[in-house]
Amino acid sequence: MTGFLLRRLLGIAGTLLVICALTFAVFYLLPSDPAAQFCGKDCSADRIVMVRQQMGLDDPLIVQFGRYVLGIFAGQTLGSGQYAVHCGFPCFGYSFQSGQPVWDLMLDRLPASASLALGAAVLWLLLGLSAGLLSALRRNTWVDRTVMVATIGIAALPVYFTAMLLLYVVVTVLGLMPYPRYIAFGEDPVGWIRNLILPWITLALTFAAIYARMTRNSVIETMAEPYVRTARAKGLRERRVVGRHGLRPALTPVATMLGMDLGGLLAGALITESLFSLPGVGKLFADSLNKADQPVIMGITLLASFFIVTSNLVVDLVYAWIDPRARLT
Amino acid sequence: MSLLEVRGLAVEFDTAEGPVRAVRGIDFTVERGRTLGIVGESGSGKSVTSLAVMGLHRGAAVTGSVRFDGTELIGAPEESVRRLRGRRIAMVFQDALTALHPYFTIGDQIAEAYREHHGGSRKAARARAVEVLGDVGIPDPARRAREHPHQFSGGMRQRAMIALALSCEPDLIIADEPTTALDVTVQAQVLDLLAGQQQARGLGLVLITHDLGVIARIADEVLVMYGGSAAEQAPADRLFTAPRHPYTRGLLDSLPRLDAPEGEPLRAIPGSPPSPLAPPPGCAFHPRCAVYAEHGSPLCTADRPLLRLVAEGHRNACALDEVTTG
Amino acid sequence: MNAPPTPRGRSAGRPAAAIEVAEAAEATATEAAVAEAPASPARLAWQRLRRRRVALAGLGIIAFFVLAALLAPVLTAISGHGPADTDKRAVDSYLGGLPRGSLGGMSTQHWLGVEPMLGRDIFARLLYGARISLLVALCAALLITLIGVALGATAGYFGGRTDTVISRFMDVMMSFPSLIFMIALLSVARDVNRVLLLIGVLGAFGWPYIARVVRGQTLSLRHREYVEAARACGTSSGRILLTEILPNLAGTIIVYVTLAIPGLIGTEAALTFLGVGVRPPTPSWGQMISDSVLYYKADPMFFVLPSACLFLIVLAFTLLGDALRDALDPKGGAA
Repeated sequence: MTGFLLRRLLGIAGTLLVICALTFAVFYLLPSDPAAQFCGKDCSADRIVMVRQQMGLDDPLIVQFGRYVLGIFAGQTLGSGQYAVHCGFPCFGYSFQSGQPVWDLMLDRLPASASLALGAAVLWLLLGLSAGLLSALRRNTWVDRTVMVATIGIAALPVYFTAMLLLYVVVTVLGLMPYPRYIAFGEDPVGWIRNLILPWITLALTFAAIYARMTRNSVIETMAEPYVRTARAKGLRERRVVGRHGLRPALTPVATMLGMDLGGLLAGALITESLFSLPGVGKLFADSLNKADQPVIMGITLLASFFIVTSNLVVDLVYAWIDPRARLT
Repeated sequence: MSLLEVRGLAVEFDTAEGPVRAVRGIDFTVERGRTLGIVGESGSGKSVTSLAVMGLHRGAAVTGSVRFDGTELIGAPEESVRRLRGRRIAMVFQDALTALHPYFTIGDQIAEAYREHHGGSRKAARARAVEVLGDVGIPDPARRAREHPHQFSGGMRQRAMIALALSCEPDLIIADEPTTALDVTVQAQVLDLLAGQQQARGLGLVLITHDLGVIARIADEVLVMYGGSAAEQAPADRLFTAPRHPYTRGLLDSLPRLDAPEGEPLRAIPGSPPSPLAPPPGCAFHPRCAVYAEHGSPLCTADRPLLRLVAEGHRNACALDEVTTG
Repeated sequence: MNAPPTPRGRSAGRPAAAIEVAEAAEATATEAAVAEAPASPARLAWQRLRRRRVALAGLGIIAFFVLAALLAPVLTAISGHGPADTDKRAVDSYLGGLPRGSLGGMSTQHWLGVEPMLGRDIFARLLYGARISLLVALCAALLITLIGVALGATAGYFGGRTDTVISRFMDVMMSFPSLIFMIALLSVARDVNRVLLLIGVLGAFGWPYIARVVRGQTLSLRHREYVEAARACGTSSGRILLTEILPNLAGTIIVYVTLAIPGLIGTEAALTFLGVGVRPPTPSWGQMISDSVLYYKADPMFFVLPSACLFLIVLAFTLLGDALRDALDPKGGAA
């Protein structure tokens, strides 16, 4: 188990390094001049040269890359003399736009993204698992067919449409609440829920549909396994056959999927956050895109990779915990 | 009263391509302390038969009569059949790796069955699991009970499967291809174990297999199935010495023999098993039948031949029975 | 048995030798039925597909959009408004540039109304948007298939170190935050053909999913008798892959590509919505949705129309893909 963990951690470090290098290469090889970006619109050629020098952009790429990676762990000092700024661990550089450290910006936005992702996950699990299970156990009945038709339709709904429809109906037509704005959980838990409920539904609907279909297929597949037949042949009650022998293996792939999806969402649900103006990492990313704020874009790309790669590891560990066959490899 | 009496058992499935009559009315009887062997190719209906006896077919139409110890099981409430399952009729499945649950320890899986039927404490059930594991010859059963199926070798896993079946002291064991997934030497050990336990406990045993060698080893009676029907039924020694049905003969001829002249090829039955969706008219075997090819009779293509008594305890379902023996 | 020789027929149609051999495969009743069935898999699949009304509905919707996209210049000539033509008379400058009339300005002049402010014809913009949407998604799907099948089949067939390298590569690609990385990439690249870039980026990140499936299938096919037979005859690996393995993968590939298309369409719309995809003045659905979000209260029609198109085309491909899976993929089929 320790060996497995060590190997996986090494793998993670490797993957992150590869992603880091690729991201770095994309940003610094493609035709765009960070110095010009940093300097702003009315910038003289002389000044650009100076900025380039100050940012270390004249150094070979590999040196810049090394400095960036080292900087993340050890911090780095930008500029020199009286303009020197020290950026401590973990250093992702400074935003061209606001001049703030990228790390602080991301940290500031993380709670909103996490609130959105976790709340939506609870919602889509409740909806998706129950619909999928119902469908599987009532296979080929009208219940099953209705659920399956509904899931295809819901999964095809564009998020923009769901979001705007919800806003239009709940806020504009029915006037049940004002336009939602993010309130931190610590500030006002009820307000937190009230203001997040529409984004949660928007984000959760598509996932719920996908999870329902996946759960259904997985349960049907598992219930046809020989070991489920053995459980019945032992004379167990159907409740126990389904609940203990069928459901556990059936939900393993769902748990895997959940880990990956959450990992992908923690660093921001880009479109949902944009549509509801939620101050999450995804919104920060979208805003930085419009302003070509490269250090922020790069920082978020790495943060997102980190979440995804880490969630892969967590999924593997959970998998090994659930399924003893996975423990040896 | 016989332990198990099956009369006119038929099983029909609805598939996307149309209804499939997997079993078309078979009869057999199993006495306490005796072994019935059911032989046939895949698709002959032998496994379907075993699941039908256990009442484990979902969504299939099962008709006919299955009387276990005097009680009719077909049409009986699910709850009463469930109480018999595992407790009085136990099953040993083929390929224990997939038939045992991968997530639970061997001991858990046996103890679970025991507690379901006998109640009692977890601890007592665990002790019972360790005891039966010892009974079936698993060394160090207390430790191995805490292991998962994938940590067992194939032979040990099949022993554990048998231990699971024995754990509740059943009266009847149905073993469906219990040795198919095993090496030949391990096969023999597992068969001996099964036969030994059957003798020691006076159980009825239904042994389903495609392997005539297995039948020869432990069966008292044999039922040969083809295309969902019985082709021939006879005491084991008679079947091997005086087979009547062309299919049975073909099977016996296709067995490798030590006394065969060197270089003689194995004689296979030509053709493939019939499609369950569109079985040939008349005798299901006639398209592959050597006797039909030689003495072809319209009887073979007209109706399914019925089993007819041809000798003491020996029934044959062949319209050309006189030709074959005469 | 007048069936044409088919890949599956070749594998299942072997004569049953001794009963042990037949039993060893432990073929199920349905498999035996397939061996006897007198129709080729393709015909069988089409027969099953035809029986499903939803599949035909999906196919119909797709055909509708493809035709609309192809005939966009003709149709806009008939309607009288090009996608870039502005019509200031159709919007009310006193109302902040909202379309005159109800339902977003639908009229005999502008069949589906006009955009606020510029007064561009929505019908024309939807048609030209369909061109972009379908062009990008279908080309990206083709790219995904080419890369995915080539790498997946190679990994599965050759195994060993080749497999390790390719599989590792797939793992890394799949643990990539692909959407974010795509956006980052698209946002940095400035003066490039956006459509080509979109196709390339979508293709580059989409292939591992198909590659994984193809690899798994190839792995199980490479030890089939007919493949072994071909190998024993001295057939080259490339030829075996093309003539023995690929035909058997066709069904799976068709299913997965069809099911990948809705994702590609959605991703293209999302990228464009976020402003890194297709750039104006090229009309696209994502762009229209992005513009219309501002007007969701005042001019809901402007918002509903492109969303509905997006919904319909995604739905159509999903329905078709689902039905295809039932018809072609024996494992996923209703057995």
